Amino acid sequence: MRPLSRRFMLAGSAAALATPAIAQGAPLKVGLMLPFSGTFAALGENIAAAFELCLQENGGKFGGRAVTLVRLDDESDPAKAPANVNRLLGRDNVDALVGTVHSGVVMALVQAAREKEVPLFIPNAGNVAATRDLCSPSVFRSSFSNWQPAYGMGKALAARGVKKAAWVTWDYAAGRESAEGFRDGLKSGGAELTQILTLPFPETNFQPILAQLPGLGVDAVGSFFAGGGAIQFVKDYAAAGLRDKLPLCGSGFLTEGVLKPQGAAAEGIQTALHYGDGLDNPKNKSFREAFQKMTNRSADVYAVQGYDAGQMLAVGLAGTKGDATAIKALGAAIRAARIDSPRGAFTLSASHNPIQTIWLREARNGENRVIGAAAEALADPGTGCKMA
Amino acid sequence: MTALAGLLAQILNGIQYGLLLFLISSGLTLIFGVMGVINLAHGSLFMIGAYLAYVIASVTGSLWLALPAAILGGVLFGALLERGLFRRFRAREHLDQVLLTFALILLFEEARAALLDNQFHSVPVPAILDFSVPVIGGFAYSAYRLAVLVICLGVAGLMVLFVERTKIGSAIRAAAEKPEMVDLLGIDAGRIHTLVFAAGTALAMLAGALAAPLQSVYPGMGDGFLILSFIVVVIGGLGSIAGAFWSALLIGLIDTLGKAYVPQAAGIAVCALMAVVLLWRPTGLFSRA
Amino acid sequence: MTLTGARGNLMLALGALAVASMPLWATPYHMQLASTALIAAMFALSLQVLVGGVGLVSLAHAGFYGLGAYSVYLLGLPKLGLSVAVTLPAAILLSGGAALAIGALALRTKGFFFLMATLAFGQMLFFLFHDTPLGGGADGVFIQRPPIGITLSRGNRPTVLLLVNLGTLTAMYAALWWLMRTLFGRALLGIKANEHRMAAMGHDVQGLKLAAFTVAGALAGVAGHMAALTDAFVSPELLGWHRSAEALLMVLLGGIGALHGPILGAFALTLVQEAGQMLTERQRLVEGGVILAAVLLLRHGLAGGRGR
Repeated sequence: MRPLSRRFMLAGSAAALATPAIAQGAPLKVGLMLPFSGTFAALGENIAAAFELCLQENGGKFGGRAVTLVRLDDESDPAKAPANVNRLLGRDNVDALVGTVHSGVVMALVQAAREKEVPLFIPNAGNVAATRDLCSPSVFRSSFSNWQPAYGMGKALAARGVKKAAWVTWDYAAGRESAEGFRDGLKSGGAELTQILTLPFPETNFQPILAQLPGLGVDAVGSFFAGGGAIQFVKDYAAAGLRDKLPLCGSGFLTEGVLKPQGAAAEGIQTALHYGDGLDNPKNKSFREAFQKMTNRSADVYAVQGYDAGQMLAVGLAGTKGDATAIKALGAAIRAARIDSPRGAFTLSASHNPIQTIWLREARNGENRVIGAAAEALADPGTGCKMA
Repeated sequence: MTALAGLLAQILNGIQYGLLLFLISSGLTLIFGVMGVINLAHGSLFMIGAYLAYVIASVTGSLWLALPAAILGGVLFGALLERGLFRRFRAREHLDQVLLTFALILLFEEARAALLDNQFHSVPVPAILDFSVPVIGGFAYSAYRLAVLVICLGVAGLMVLFVERTKIGSAIRAAAEKPEMVDLLGIDAGRIHTLVFAAGTALAMLAGALAAPLQSVYPGMGDGFLILSFIVVVIGGLGSIAGAFWSALLIGLIDTLGKAYVPQAAGIAVCALMAVVLLWRPTGLFSRA
Repeated sequence: MTLTGARGNLMLALGALAVASMPLWATPYHMQLASTALIAAMFALSLQVLVGGVGLVSLAHAGFYGLGAYSVYLLGLPKLGLSVAVTLPAAILLSGGAALAIGALALRTKGFFFLMATLAFGQMLFFLFHDTPLGGGADGVFIQRPPIGITLSRGNRPTVLLLVNLGTLTAMYAALWWLMRTLFGRALLGIKANEHRMAAMGHDVQGLKLAAFTVAGALAGVAGHMAALTDAFVSPELLGWHRSAEALLMVLLGGIGALHGPILGAFALTLVQEAGQMLTERQRLVEGGVILAAVLLLRHGLAGGRGR
């Protein structure tokens, strides 16, 4: 369901009459800066579709004000990010930003949101900085911090009696930050992270790392990989004969959306994430049905994050009667709300990151079945956040 | 003991990686040497081979069909590129050649995006090789990786035989080493060029097809190999098959060991090696100049 | 390469006036776009010293551009807080120094080897920032703009940056126009025309080439510095060889036959990319098409005169 035009408008219905709060009655423009091409295109499409679903369920209005959407493909290219943000803010004059997946590109959005005081909703990228030292009254996250899922995994391993573990990841921000979460999670249960093994992003030649694992003397191996890297890593891990000797686990993205190509190599792998298959709550059920009906695709964690970005904007604008420039009141309304998410209801921390349950999941028959909570109501430490 | 076993496993990895690199760079060095054309799109040919393998493996369920298809397709595609495009650009300046082949990279990537998609795809290992051989120190080696190693060695052997023992081979060698001799010997230079370009394309595409199950297929997958194979050619010496062979093994080992023991310096170590070679022998280790 | 004559310089002056008047009539967005084009013009102009000046095609040029950009990040860290009076000379020294070292090695080779060597060395600089924590990591980092003497605010930022970039490009062009008229410049052009003759006449050809490589690298550092100052963001992609190829494209598009060619090329490419971006999500198709047009049809560039 890819639109022909790069930019498409979703018009709200007869907004001008219904919103006396905004004198000019102009619709609110929301810029969706997401990857619509490149490796992350499928993620961007699901986030955009779920955001749109949320808008539709609200009758095309947030806070009583009609909303139009402006799409911009960020190509997941950090070098083009400052120019792309300028396009949305300078050329298209959007009032609020939603984006993005890539953790380098999102920094351009955070920078603009801070400098220009435009509300930004991050529907995926988990860089801890966005809700730690670079936190801002105008930056909100509907997804997770890289630290959170890995913390849950570390905690679950320690609870099971693992004493020493290693972490394997790409050498980039998400990899390093998840390693810290894993370390803290292990520590919370008295276990230890003894080794971090990295390779440059997005290298998929894992052999040099796999050959080192048996000699490390650890009880378990955790990892953060996503997409194609995750597929190849799980397969190579099994082919190197390590599966039975050293249990593999990880941040949920290791098995997210890639179970089919991973096949038997993924069977039984435990991961931790803020969403999973078989979560039994009414909101999840209705959301999955509506998303399926709208897009003919199954909802996934990215869709949930896009949907919740919409819910957060809706709650915030309801508190300001549709005024996106009243950042303080917008933030107060969002922080006071309980977001009824398909992942389970959550609230926002003082640094604007979800306080949420991290679920423990096990890969079985092509599903990441939730088998329990790895960490309940987990908040990112938010270290270094000083809200102006 | 485990440390030593780990090192041995890494060396095996390095050799396997180096041999794959040889398949790519041997074509590159011959094309440079014989035709004098710089082809930045050589890495894209590797990518095309890998995607061809992915498509064939997912349609027919067998990777074995993909290998001859990559070779045949490579020969045809290479001949077509040489006749239709590169032949006209032999006399052009480097600037034109660089930009033209850069445009090919962009267009090949766009064609891939339009025909298929932008996703990572994993390619299954052929069923009969889908097992692991215990090697050393609790580390198992996938049978498919060993098979790739053997295939690459076989191809290398065939190439040496062909270039050293056949009449066309000696004409190619003459063209690579002393281009001015070709006309004197009465060899049809045009046919040699088409042959070399076709063979180089086929080798790059075969390498891509072999690598597909090892590293998955994804956009831009040829970029890293392009840079490494350029370095192999610089170190080995222009137009030298033997030079490409030994320097590919060397680079494969340094890259793999570097990634294992000093991960942040692996990319730089390879380039530093090239700097040393340039200081010591600016025309490469195996050139006769 | 011919030096731009009075008519060409008049045309450039008119163009500069048009850009300088943008704060009176253009939107902030279009001023930012013009800044992007001005920086691309500096980058391509620095490469012209090599391509049009001495006849060398380098794929390491983006490495020096990126070094200039990263020097703003490395020296502009909040605890240092140095101003452009420090960061700009530092960018010139860093990029020029790296160009001197890399040029000394790469210029030992000729032809294809030179291309491959510059490609590999450029990627080495890329890896330095992509794989090590030196430059803040593979995702890129935001930087604090070093003080430039004028306090930047939300309102005046596009205007001030536009005028600063225009001033820098003008100064760079004037300096090169002068440099290419000196004995040094004439010697470079002589090497491009006939290297052996220059050597036979007793010129130190290697030394002159290295000097040109260093000057070009240092000026690319200036361009990178201004990019970092303008965007307040640096990422390893700035150093990648694709960007070097893009600079070559701007040079070819504008014309290697005239000193001011790259400026035209940079503005043309920026405009085409902006137009393409509004029409299609297939950016590579647009850029590939522009290259094919430039290589196959527009061989003399917008400024004309390939000098052969």
